Amino acid sequence: MNEENLNKPQAFEAVLSESDTSTVQFTKKTSFLYSIQKLLHSNPALVPLLVLLASLVIFGAILGNKFFSPFTLTLILQQVAIVGFVGAAQTLVIITAGIDLSVGAIMVLSSVFMGQITFRYGLPAEFAVLCGFIIGGLCGFINGFLVAVIRLPPFIVTLGMWQIVLATNFLYSANETIRSQDIEQHAALLQFFGEKIKIGGAVLTYGVIAMVAVVLILHYILTSTAWGRHVYAIGDDPDAAELAGVKVKKTLISVYVITGLLCSLAGWALIGRIGSISPTAGQFANIESITAVVIGGISLFGGRGSILGMLFGALIVGVFSLGLRLIGTDPQWTYLLIGLLIIVAVAIDQWIRKVAS
Amino acid sequence: MKKTLVTSALSAIVLCGSSITQAETGACLITKTDTNPFFVKMKEGANAKAKELGVSLKSYAGKIDGDSESQVAAIETCIADGAKGILITASDTKGIVPAVQQARDAGLLVIALDTPLEPIDAADATFATDNFLAGELIGKWAAASLGGAAKHAKIAMLDLAVSQPSVGVLRDQGFLQGFGIDLGDPNKWGDETDSRIIGHDVTAGNEEGGRKAMENLLVRDPAINVVYTINEPAAAGAYEALKAVDRQDDVLIVSVDGGCPGVQNIQDGIIGATSQQYPLLMASKGIEAIAAWAKDGTKPEPTEGKNFFDTGVSLITDKPAEGVDSIDTKQGLDLCWG
Repeated sequence: MNEENLNKPQAFEAVLSESDTSTVQFTKKTSFLYSIQKLLHSNPALVPLLVLLASLVIFGAILGNKFFSPFTLTLILQQVAIVGFVGAAQTLVIITAGIDLSVGAIMVLSSVFMGQITFRYGLPAEFAVLCGFIIGGLCGFINGFLVAVIRLPPFIVTLGMWQIVLATNFLYSANETIRSQDIEQHAALLQFFGEKIKIGGAVLTYGVIAMVAVVLILHYILTSTAWGRHVYAIGDDPDAAELAGVKVKKTLISVYVITGLLCSLAGWALIGRIGSISPTAGQFANIESITAVVIGGISLFGGRGSILGMLFGALIVGVFSLGLRLIGTDPQWTYLLIGLLIIVAVAIDQWIRKVAS
Repeated sequence: MKKTLVTSALSAIVLCGSSITQAETGACLITKTDTNPFFVKMKEGANAKAKELGVSLKSYAGKIDGDSESQVAAIETCIADGAKGILITASDTKGIVPAVQQARDAGLLVIALDTPLEPIDAADATFATDNFLAGELIGKWAAASLGGAAKHAKIAMLDLAVSQPSVGVLRDQGFLQGFGIDLGDPNKWGDETDSRIIGHDVTAGNEEGGRKAMENLLVRDPAINVVYTINEPAAAGAYEALKAVDRQDDVLIVSVDGGCPGVQNIQDGIIGATSQQYPLLMASKGIEAIAAWAKDGTKPEPTEGKNFFDTGVSLITDKPAEGVDSIDTKQGLDLCWG
């Protein structure tokens, strides 16, 4: 046989000469909608950021300078600072596919401890702050231990802890408020996060700066450290994570302890915000933090979402609340719209998830 | 074994016997929560009076403000327990009425403390603060303190809740009437047309809400110079918001309640004046009424010209204004609660 014959099909293959010779390949859907879906999948904080910008523009257009003043815009930051701290804590737990209903109660108990240790026992404020953090960390550890080692569902564990911590708070404090003026005189450190920096009309409290810093640091830790990636892996699939060598129990406990510590930090910042120490403060912090997390596009099924989204989510709520108040609508409309936002956010999350499957 | 049985049987008989001889008047105190200092003081007053009169008092409370189920269960317990009367601060003033009726049908005297039921005659009597008067006093004081400047006042109204519970409406409208502002419909706030009112916002009656509401209204008009607050924690929160913009010294804050931290805040110049109410008195008068009812069936009479028994209210300030009676903070601290 000569060369030419080799390249020619044999007689019985002759019918194939006209057929398609390309190898197997997947067709790519490149519709516009699909590319959006994919973009959102890889940048989970994008939707809340766009909603935030849109709401700023809309309220700015309606209200003009009253809304777009440095004073008002920084006021929104001040009003969401506490939710930001608690939301950061909540984000960690929700990324592990858990939920923490006790965050607000831990926050208040920590702030009450900080106050009582200074005022009831006359110990220095630095020590009181430390005790507040120990209490928060301890509550977090109990949550983490019950979830990771005893394997109880996080919802149930933290539902129980919420009640226990809140009752402890009321029993221990006898529901007595410590007045702002007393704190200012004897333990000014407790109001540290209420200190403010003024630049023109803008007012930034240390609490706001610390909250933004905490979110940025956690964003770095979650995206760029081994521990952070492990947290995501556990939320996505704990068994697979375990098989891949992640110490699931230890990591889960550490997540809850850090959550507790962040709540204590929120409790400290709360004293700066309201001046006094009130055992009845922060009653809805758990719901508000979950709202911020959900509107921020963080998946309640775990393993996906950006902590920056939580901050945007909290800010969206802040912009809506203040904007609608300024327009002069009944405050109920704020709740109605926020409820709508929550449902839309989760619907978008479900839609984005389809890319993965 | 036999010996143990005999002794326990004996002691059981003795116990029964003693409980029969102790067939003293039973009374129940049901509060919204047992955490609010206002109710803590109420309980204190009731306990002291009950001890004095030999009434056996049992206290119940809802888990949170608004928890009506626990209160209904408490009323049922009191009926089953054979109590002679119930003192109640109802969480749900309409919803509790059928349970209250059940108790009255069973022969118990039911007295509403602090919060009237709806309708008010659903209870045998109501011992409460005149909240409209409480508001009116601070309104008059604010107007008198400002003098001529009252005509150009810019007023922020820091209320309780958007659902406009009656206590919040009465204090709010009382303040406006005292200040000399046309009320519109006195059964709700927010329908006034006077341009001196910058706006109403809600505080939930705590520091956090007070600060936020004050901030919101300051955005609306930074020149606000009179602040009405539903209670002293809300006033403390409003003060923090004013301090953040360095306005704390040129704004007049008034409030209602008369809790000890609130009276101290007047002493320190944070709040200008407050109307003090007397929860301890409500409760001790209530126990007296139940004891009288158990003894000879007399029912308490309402204060003349009002459909409830007024337990009184006093204006507390260290800067008395002409034409408005007041007591100073020293006296106020002796009478304060919480």
